[in-house]
Amino acid sequence: MPPPSPAATPAPAEGSVTRPAVVRVRDLVRTFGEVRALDGVSLDVQPGIVYGLLGPNGAGKTTLIRVLATLLRPQSGSAEVAGVDVLADPTTARTRIGLAGQFAAVDEYLTGRENVAMVGRLYGLSPAEARRRTQDVLERIHLTDAADRQVGTYSGGMRRRLDLAASLVGRPQVMFLDEPTTGIDPRSRMDLWELIEDLVEAGTTVLLTTQYLEEADRLAQRIAVIDQGRIVSEGTADELKDALGGAVLEVAVGEDDRAAATEVLERVGGDPVTRDPARGRLRIPARDGSQTLLAAVRALDDAGVRTSDIALHRPSLDDVFLAVTGKPVEPTPAANAEVDVEDPDATASRAARRGRRPSRRSRG
Amino acid sequence: MSPLPTTSAAGPRSDPVAAPVGRVRVTPRQVVTDTLVLTRRNLLRNVRLPQLLLFSTVQPVMFLLLFNFVFGGAIGQAIPGDYAYIQWLMPGLVIQVATFGAGQTAIGLTEDLSKGVIDRFRSLPMARAAVLTGRTLADLFRNAAVLTIMLAVGFLIGFRYETNLLGFLAGVALALAFGYALSWVMATIGMLVRNPEAAQSAVFLPVFPLVFASSVFLPTQTMPDWLRVFADNQPITVIANALRGLMLGDAALLAGQDTAGQVLESLAWIVGITLLFGGLATRAYRRAVS
Ligand SMILES: Nc1ncnc2c1ncn2[C@@H]1O[C@H](COP(=O)(O)OP(=O)(O)OP(=O)(O)O)[C@@H](O)[C@H]1O
Ligand SMILES: [Mg+2]
Repeated sequence: MPPPSPAATPAPAEGSVTRPAVVRVRDLVRTFGEVRALDGVSLDVQPGIVYGLLGPNGAGKTTLIRVLATLLRPQSGSAEVAGVDVLADPTTARTRIGLAGQFAAVDEYLTGRENVAMVGRLYGLSPAEARRRTQDVLERIHLTDAADRQVGTYSGGMRRRLDLAASLVGRPQVMFLDEPTTGIDPRSRMDLWELIEDLVEAGTTVLLTTQYLEEADRLAQRIAVIDQGRIVSEGTADELKDALGGAVLEVAVGEDDRAAATEVLERVGGDPVTRDPARGRLRIPARDGSQTLLAAVRALDDAGVRTSDIALHRPSLDDVFLAVTGKPVEPTPAANAEVDVEDPDATASRAARRGRRPSRRSRG
Repeated sequence: MSPLPTTSAAGPRSDPVAAPVGRVRVTPRQVVTDTLVLTRRNLLRNVRLPQLLLFSTVQPVMFLLLFNFVFGGAIGQAIPGDYAYIQWLMPGLVIQVATFGAGQTAIGLTEDLSKGVIDRFRSLPMARAAVLTGRTLADLFRNAAVLTIMLAVGFLIGFRYETNLLGFLAGVALALAFGYALSWVMATIGMLVRNPEAAQSAVFLPVFPLVFASSVFLPTQTMPDWLRVFADNQPITVIANALRGLMLGDAALLAGQDTAGQVLESLAWIVGITLLFGGLATRAYRRAVS
């Protein structure tokens, strides 16, 4: 079987899990002109977990979140959140959800406290209740000291926390977080991760999108990999890694041998080769473990390719991602710059991988 | 740190006990509450960034001073009756300020749209309409503040109403009501262009010809016939006339016009524009956000 099953089918049948799904999505389709932003997405999210939606730029993550948060209507399909049909009854659905969009939607000229209290009022709380809960929320996100300062003076990380926390004032059952940690420093990212973990501990279900595998690995109990509007793989992080056949072959070759090595490895491994964006190493799923390794060593030798390193690894989520989408997850801007410097043909080879993707999918 | 049990009972609109299975509906009362919440939010921006208000006041005050002292001498000759130019100019500028001020509605809305604030609002169980009503209402108050400052300067340089306080205040109220109606036009424009930079220029497209091809700065008699027909019948001239009638008396009007008639015609324009563009803005808003 090819790597991670292209699971367009929903997550495990309800029978196998005792608690009913808190988010149920069936066959959602949303197009923008020619672009099929959602191309038949189905998924189930069990209550009380972090569910990660992992996908490259333009995969359809934001579109899915927008449909679930009642901001966008799909052309077809159905979606239910906390037992409410979001298409038929968006107003009721809104009482049970919280949203933190891809960009922090807080008002700079209001204080942190005013921002949260306003959202509380818009959830329908009385002024006194909004005030009380605002205090709770601010304590919870450790923002009491800065609470009465205008948000314009906050750091990026503080804004993100505030943005996320603003919805908590309505005590939503399901929180939708669209790339909650994109563009903030590592330390603030840790803070946000802790906050999200706290949330889930308190019983909220979190559906988050991310381009960071590390984040999905750390936070999400289940992960769906989404690409070009379709869920191409779904499961726990371990399941996704196991589906790769248990191991990944990693080969380091010189610039001159790269093309030849790629050709050989694809013949031996039967999967497209991907390149580790940070180190420029070639990677390919090793379905037969050490047998694949041996075959690769022999074939590379026959072809006269000199390798500086060759090894088997347990796959990372990175490998899962590369295998199912055919492209590396969006590198951080810094990593990106590095790749461009040491590897001028990266763009070309990425484009080449893209070109191969349709055939991969049809095999799956 | 408080436990904040996220699945337990929540507020009126989200309390699983109060609303177990039934649909949650937005009540008219919530429309009012949410409108006021957002009006306050929008106004706070002007309070916290006083430069905003300052700069929007500088422009009309400059118009006032320039027109009065630079053109006043020459234009004064063309004014009907024995009015000093400042007397004629002031009611016109009141309506000009209200008109320009309405442009802020488009700019504020498009800024919220581009920053994702409107997405946040629409994901909340609030009254949808409040995003627009809260914005237009805030801009009404804002317009009133700018107008107050401009009128104060006007009084300093010699403007005096010639009817009575009530007539004067009615004139100001009429101008503000017109500004409010125009806010809905601007909201429609904002929702069509969606982008704050584009909105900046788009709002002036209708405003400039309307303000200048009117009796705001000059009587219309000297305009070419074709322009005069337009100028005499467009709402800004009608309202400028009504304001002159209310602040200066019937003598400031052309033969055959009276204050009551001009006020009624103004009200018809205000109601008509508000209804028409209220509907169009709401539709454009729905489109812009989905
Ligand atoms: N309002 C829109 N109009 C036109 N095309 C759109 C619109 N919204 C999304 N798209 C297109 O739909 C596709 C999916 O977009 P979406 O924003 O859901 O991706 P994403 O996974 O969130 O990407 P990113 O990681 O960059 O945020 C993209 O090709 C995008 O260009
Ligand atoms: Mg996105």
